[in-house]
Formats: sequence, C-alpha cells, structure tokens
Amino acid sequence: MSELIQAITMPKWGLAMSEGLVTAWHVELSAEVQRGQELVDIETEKIVNVFESPASGILRRRLVAVGDTVPVGALLGVVASEAVSDTEIDAHIEKFNAEFADVLAARADEEVHGPEPEVLDVAGRAARYLAMGEGNGVPLLLLHGFGGDLNNWLFNQPTLAVERRVFALDLPGHGGSAKVLAGVGVEALADDVAGFVAAAELSSLHLAGHSLGGAVAIELARRTPQQVRSLTLIASAGLGQDIDAEYIRGFIAAGRRKDLKPWIERLFADTSLVRRDMLDDILKFKRLDHVTDILTSIADSVFAGGHQALVLRDTLAALDMPRQVIWGAQDRIIPASHSEGLPSAVGVHVLDGAGHMVHMEKAAEVTALIEKLMDSA
Amino acid sequence: MSRKTYRQAINEALAQEMRRDPTVVFMGEDNVGGMGAPGEDDAWGGVLGVTKGLMPEFGRERCLDTPISESAFIGAAVGAAATGLRPVAELMFVDFMGVCLDQIFNQAAKFRYMFGGKAVTPVVIRTMYGAGFRAASQHSQCLYPIFTHIPGLKVVMPSSPYEAKGLMIQAIRDDDPVIFLEHKVLYDDEEEVPDDPYTLPFGEANLTREGNDVTLVTLGRMVKFCNEVADKLEGDGIRCSVIDLRTTSPLDEDTILENAEETGRVVIVDESNPRCNIATDISALIAQNAFDALKAPIKMVTAPHTPPPFAPELEDLYIPDQAKIEAAVREVAAH
Amino acid sequence: MATPSGLQLPREDLLRAYRMMCDIRAFEDRVHEEFATGTIPGFVHLYAGEEASATGFMMHLGNKDYIASTHRGHGHCIAKGCDIKAMMKEIYGRRDGLCGGKGGSMHIADLDKGMMGANGIVGGGPPLICGAALSAKTLKTGGVAIAFVGDGGSNQGTTLESYNLAKVWDLPAVFVVEDNRYAESTASVWSVGGSQLKRAEGFGLPGRKVDGQDFFAVYEAAQEAIERARGGGGPSLVHVETYRYYGHFEGDAITYRTPEETDEVRAQRDCLNLFRERVTAAGVLDAAQIDEIEAQAKALVDEAVAEAVAAAPPGEQDLMTDVYVAY
Repeated sequence: MSELIQAITMPKWGLAMSEGLVTAWHVELSAEVQRGQELVDIETEKIVNVFESPASGILRRRLVAVGDTVPVGALLGVVASEAVSDTEIDAHIEKFNAEFADVLAARADEEVHGPEPEVLDVAGRAARYLAMGEGNGVPLLLLHGFGGDLNNWLFNQPTLAVERRVFALDLPGHGGSAKVLAGVGVEALADDVAGFVAAAELSSLHLAGHSLGGAVAIELARRTPQQVRSLTLIASAGLGQDIDAEYIRGFIAAGRRKDLKPWIERLFADTSLVRRDMLDDILKFKRLDHVTDILTSIADSVFAGGHQALVLRDTLAALDMPRQVIWGAQDRIIPASHSEGLPSAVGVHVLDGAGHMVHMEKAAEVTALIEKLMDSA
Repeated sequence: MSRKTYRQAINEALAQEMRRDPTVVFMGEDNVGGMGAPGEDDAWGGVLGVTKGLMPEFGRERCLDTPISESAFIGAAVGAAATGLRPVAELMFVDFMGVCLDQIFNQAAKFRYMFGGKAVTPVVIRTMYGAGFRAASQHSQCLYPIFTHIPGLKVVMPSSPYEAKGLMIQAIRDDDPVIFLEHKVLYDDEEEVPDDPYTLPFGEANLTREGNDVTLVTLGRMVKFCNEVADKLEGDGIRCSVIDLRTTSPLDEDTILENAEETGRVVIVDESNPRCNIATDISALIAQNAFDALKAPIKMVTAPHTPPPFAPELEDLYIPDQAKIEAAVREVAAH
Repeated sequence: MATPSGLQLPREDLLRAYRMMCDIRAFEDRVHEEFATGTIPGFVHLYAGEEASATGFMMHLGNKDYIASTHRGHGHCIAKGCDIKAMMKEIYGRRDGLCGGKGGSMHIADLDKGMMGANGIVGGGPPLICGAALSAKTLKTGGVAIAFVGDGGSNQGTTLESYNLAKVWDLPAVFVVEDNRYAESTASVWSVGGSQLKRAEGFGLPGRKVDGQDFFAVYEAAQEAIERARGGGGPSLVHVETYRYYGHFEGDAITYRTPEETDEVRAQRDCLNLFRERVTAAGVLDAAQIDEIEAQAKALVDEAVAEAVAAAPPGEQDLMTDVYVAY
C-alpha cells in the first residue's frame, strides 16, 4: 500500500527556485522521524534553510548525498513504516522516478510552474498576491515588512496552506503591486489591504504580519475585529518606538550588491543564510521606477526621526481575538524587548538563534505557532 | 515579472519610455517597415523585429522609417537630441558605422565639450553586433572598442534580457550620447524580466558569479559563456568570479581591480579583435594597478586578428567559445 | 531679379540689418589684424565679404529657429545673436569665452540662441539641421532649421543625403549654399559638377540662386524659403553667390586667385557699400546714421578685443569638465 510509503521531495521555496543543494542530513538512515522534525539542510541561490519532514515514520532511504544538487520535486528520501518491504519501497522509487522524468521533460519543454502570483485591482491600483491551498479552513493573509514582498513567506506559506487558502500580499509600492501610494502611513497601507480583503471577498480571515506588516495587521484588526479570527505579529512594528534607523537609511540608499549585503545580513542572526540571489532580488525591486521614493516616503512617515511614529500596544491590548507576538531573540532591527509587558492574553514567543527575519530563520517553529493560534481560534 | 526575450525586453523599454516621455522617438531603416509600400503597415519593426508593434501605439510621427542613408539620419538624431527630442536611432549593423561615424564621434560626442558644457545631446544609437549568424565580414563585427575610445560617448552592452531592459531605459533617460550594442545572437534568449520600468546604472559592473580562484572579466554575449564555464569548473574545485562590465564607457575600474586583487588570476574574455580592444585595455588597467596581486599572467580570450569569416566552420573557430575560455581559466588556475 | 522688397522694411529693421553686417565686418577685419600679431591661437576662417548672406537669412529667424554653420562661422554666429565679446574671448581661448575656451573659432555655438555650432567638419551641419527641423516638427514649435554650407560642403555626401532626408520627412528646413567661389584653394567652377539648383531639383527641393552681395536679394529669397518651411511647405535650397575677402584661413597666401579679382569685388560689389548706397539713395536712412552704426560696431569690437586680451585662460581644473553631463 503506497500510502504507507511517503516520498520526501525537494521543496520549492519561492517562485524562482528550480533546484536545491543538499548540504546536511539531520536524520540517520533507518531512524525514526516525526512530521515537522528538521530533516535536511537545503541551499538555494537565495538562502540556506532547513527542511522539516512532511511525514512521520522511519527514514528508509536517503537518495541524495550531501553536496548533490537536484531539481525541485526530485525524490530526496522515503519515509515508511517498518511493515513496508524493501521490494515495495524500491518499486515505489522506480515508479516515482519514471513519472518524475516526464515531469522534468515537461518542465524543460514549457516551464511548468507552481502557483503563480495574481493581481487584483484595489481602488485602481494593482495589488499582487500569491494564493496557495484549497482547504476549507478560514483563509490566512500574510503581510510582509518594509522593503519586502510576498516571497518573504516562501518557507511558511506552503505548509500553512495545507488546510486553508493562504494569501501572501505585496503591500502597496512593494513587490509586484503598483508603484504608487495612496498615502504613506500605517493607516493608508491598511486602507489598501482592507481594499484587497474586500476585493478577494475574505469575509473572515486570520492575519499574520511581519515588521511593518505587523503594524498594518493591528490596524486592520482594530477596524474589523469581528472579521479577524487570529492575529500573529512577527518582529512587529507598532509595539514600541525603537527601530534601527541606520538600517532603514542604509537599505534605501544601497544600490549595489556589496552595499546592500551588510544591511540584509543585519536582518538575520546567521548571516551566512544570505545568498547572492536574495540580494539580487532585492536590488531588482529597488531599481524599479518610484521604489526609492516610495520607500523614502514610507520611512519618513512611519519611522520619522529614527523612531516608530505609531505605537499600537493599547490597540493590541484592547482586541480580544487570539493574538501572539513572535520575535527573534537576536533581532537587530526592532528589539525583542518590544514583546515584553503585553497583556497575558497575548502569547509571546521569543526564538533564540533568529534575527528580524525569524519566520525565515526559524520557519518551522514560526509556521507551527501560526497554525496553533489559528487552530485555537 | 514574466519571461521575456532580449528582443521583447528592449521593445518594452522603448514602449514604456515613449509612454512616459513624449519627446522619445525612434528612427531607422525599416524600423517600422513598409513605408510607402502597398503592403501592410508595421511590416518589419526593424530587420530583426525589435521595434515591431510600437508604431500602431505611437504613430508614424514618433516611429520614423528612414531611407538607407545613415549619415543623414544618424546626424538627424544627433541634431534632434541637441534641440529637444530624445531620439533612439538604429544603426542596423555596427559594421555600418563607417558611413556615419563623423556624426557620432565628431558631432554628438564632442558637442558638450566643444560648446563649453552648454549642449545636452541625449541620443541613443542602437546597433547590432557580433558573430554567430553566418553573416560574414561586414555584418558580424564587434566594433565597440572604437566607440569606447571616444570621449563623450557612453558604450553599453547588455548581456541578457533583464540587463537589456534596465540599460535601455537608463540609456534613453541619460543626457549623454549612448551607443547601445545588441548582440544579434541574444535576441531570442529569455529570462524573468520585471514588467515595471527600471534602470540599471552605467559604470557599475555586475558580478554574475563570485569565486576566489579566478576572475573572468567579460561583456555582452561572452557573459553567458563565462557563466557556463564558471559553473562547470566549480565542480572541479575552481571557483570563478565573472564580471559583466555592462558598460565599457564608463568602465567600473574599482570592481575589476578589487576582484583581480582578491583572486590574483585574471582571464579577460572579449569577442572583439585583439588589437586595442577591451581585453587589452583592462589588461593594462590591472597590470598598472594590481600588478603585485597577480599570481599568474593575465590571459586574454578574444577573436583572432582577422575579419569575421563566412564559412560556418571558420566562424565557429573565430568566436571565443566555452572551450577556449575553460582552457584559459585552467591555465591561470594551474599557475 | 525681382524688385527687392527689403526697401519697404521698417526703418528699425534696416538699422538692425546694417548693424549686423557692420558687426561682422568689424569683427572679421579686427580678427584679421590681431591674428597677424600672433596673439590668436589655432585656425581662423574669416567671413568678411559674405555679410549680406548671413544677415539676409538671420533677419527672419528667432531663438526657436536653429542654424548649423561651417568653418567660416563667425558671421553666422553674430547674425544669430551670439554675444560678440564672448565670441572674441572664445577665439582667444579664454575661460569665459562663449564655449569656455574649449571650442575656439571653428566650434562657436550657442544653443540658446539657436546656433548649433560652427563646424570643423565640411558638410557636418546639414544632417544636424534635419534633426533640428525634426524636433521643430515633432514638438510643433513653429521653428525652422537652416544649414549653411560652402561650395565645398555642397559636394559632401552628408549634404546630399540631407536634401533627400529633409524631402522624404517633409521637414521645415532650408539649405543655403554659400558659394564664395573657392573651397580652400579649389575653384567651385571646377569642383561642383552640374549645378546647385539642378541638384536641388533632383531631390525635389525648390531652389533659387541669389546675388549674395545684395542684402535685399538675399533677404527676399530667404523670406520665401523660410516662410515656405515654416508654413509646412517643406525644404528648399538657396544658392548664394558671394565672395570672401580674406584667404581660406588666416595665413593663406592666396596665390590661387588674383588680387585684382578681390579688389574688383571690394570696389564694385561690396555688400555693405551696396546696402549703404541703396538706402541712402532711397532716403530711408541718412549718412550720419550709417556712420554712427559703423562707429558703434568698431567700438564694440575694440572693447571685445581689449577684454579678450585681458581675460584669463582656462586652467587645469577645466580640462576634464564637460565631457559628459554625468559620468
């Protein structure tokens, strides 16, 4: 019975990933593995990340050696119970590989992709988003931070989308959304996101926001508390005045890869995670017409004078949907201390070994925390 | 973001700038096509179709066909640039520079200097270069070293669709005369290119690969070849940096020198003929400024000192290819 | 020849035209003298004798109209409104010359005045003028563009290609062939095959030949061509028969023509004298006014030379500037 045999395949993180390099296995052959357990380290052009096992059982095969690069979707290993015979597993592998050869051929032929971003019109401005998942659960909307885009959720969105539809949105002026702002403050950004929520016909939703996207999420939850089922704030803006103003200025000003690199490294606890393609993608965004002006005007408003202009702690305290804040202990942009002193109803999770991009560095934990909060709603 | 060819990327750059700025016009032989002829309008869009589809949107007033008369229309583009337009003129093949060079190097390039800083001549001259089309000696040359030699000109050589769009928009917005060289073999290459307009700065080389063993300095079509060689040799433990110059004037000397100092081993890959070309220029730059850091002689991979030949067997020998590049890298790496 | 209409010009226009011609003559005569003293560097090509040509055309133009000139550009520059003192400083290679001392006699330009430059390349100007005319047409400025070439430049491919381009693009352009009988030392009766007017006709351009020593004849021919261009009637050509008093360049021993030939033109057909005779005979200007204009022109040029001699040259800090707008 093939259901007992679970294929572990090279994940696709982000739109551009076509292959990955296996840099370490964390589970020995024939050892037991739990779903969500760290299984294998994978390096892409953009980032190095740990891939958690999507299945529980015995790791019966490790098919890719450390140092090998294989395409997205290729078989990395096989998890199965002890009851399954070696012959069955080998037959399964053979069948998988035969089918995968066709997939690869089709991919080479006409570039078969996974889900592609789409665009909705919000008040005459294009809002780009990536939707994943078909489940019946209440949908989840992910809001990235200042200078980011929907790809910031690449490690979280596929897992979160197992039971529900998950939307990762590009904020106004960011990613593939229109490079024009109706206004520069958190309220104006929230207006646009509310417009997206209406256009996407999300009558109720879970919200998770990172950094600036967190402040926007609080503002949205304040406006329509009955609509927002849970609120996850990751390294969120709006919970204190401190912000690394030097980072904001440096990020906006950097025009070359080598100038940008130290600033992007500041987002991570482990700076070796920053790969050249991540820098290239950010540069490609920053070079688009109007982007520098947009980032500058947002920063001048939201981070005026090197401080966060808007502190929403009271607003957060006054809400009563399930709420949590998640922080990387080594966050150098917005200090983890902003998670302190919130009402006890707000869950607080400070993860060691992670910086501002805690949802990338500790993807499995952050994903699990979001799932848990949504389940509790 | 969607996949676009080099040809589409240039076309999109033109379209977006023409929408943004009503002073942008383009002109050239058959750039629209079919002028005065009884058949269809927009018949060609240039000999390889780069400007196809623009005339229906922007009209004949801004999409100008010309007689085969390079001296007159390249000069007209220069004169129009000095008097309020931003023309993009197509010199079909760079090999045809001989019949109009005066208007480029004695007029456009020198106006600003000769007139004491008062002239602004924002002309872009698009032109096709390079071997690989079996097009023989008068349609296959890489004459960019000649333009690079001339003060007052900027010389741009996009290596991919992404590069082509950003560099073309920059070229159109730039206030100086720009020679924009399109490699004819790259037109059908395809990659992800943002839909929004964007610019790539001149004088900033792009490191397409980063490695500590050997520095490959290159440009145009050769960037692709060098990337392939770098990827192949990485498997053999030779890690290469690949520097795509993007522009030969201005030249990003800092990136070249920093990288050469880091690796101490340099291969320069230039599709042009070897006397006084970009490879010799960069070789001199490194020899003068980073001599102490060199661990091996600088190696140049170029076309030979011959016109481009016609016979496919000969043309294949003429073009610097991956095998020649790989051999050069292995040679300096072993030093 | 048609009856010159210029005499019907308002008095102030006649004064302006004569002042223009006197400024050019005074400027060129003085540069000729100063050059001989060795204080002016480089090559200088003088326009003296041809003043009626530049003046007859430029009287019809404003700042939105562009001209391209030749080696022999001082007259066109002055007539198009370039600052005379700044021009003199430029010829002396001074830092506050019209082009910062970087252009010199052969590259004087002032785009704000519609002067696209004297040109060191024979036949360099006509393609540029097609561009200026294209700008005027595309941007609907109402401007026209005029290329001046000599009989030498009339033989360049660029000039002939430009006739064709201007015709097929239907540009508001005028081509003026200033035939002063000699291209360097070579006579135009030898170097020009066919005729200027038949060349124009061959490209579909209306053409007209005028006596370049007669301001009023040039003025009228210019008016016809410029009004045609400005009114959307397309390009045309004017063949101006004129004469230069000095050599091809300063220092030219002028052995290829006879002094008698030059003396005869100066005595019989000098454009300033003809103008003076005509307007005084008609009673529209009097001798005193004319003398005053001549004196004003000479005084201005005297000041220009004095200031240019005293002005500072550019320094090392200027060598590398203005190659690019940004680099």
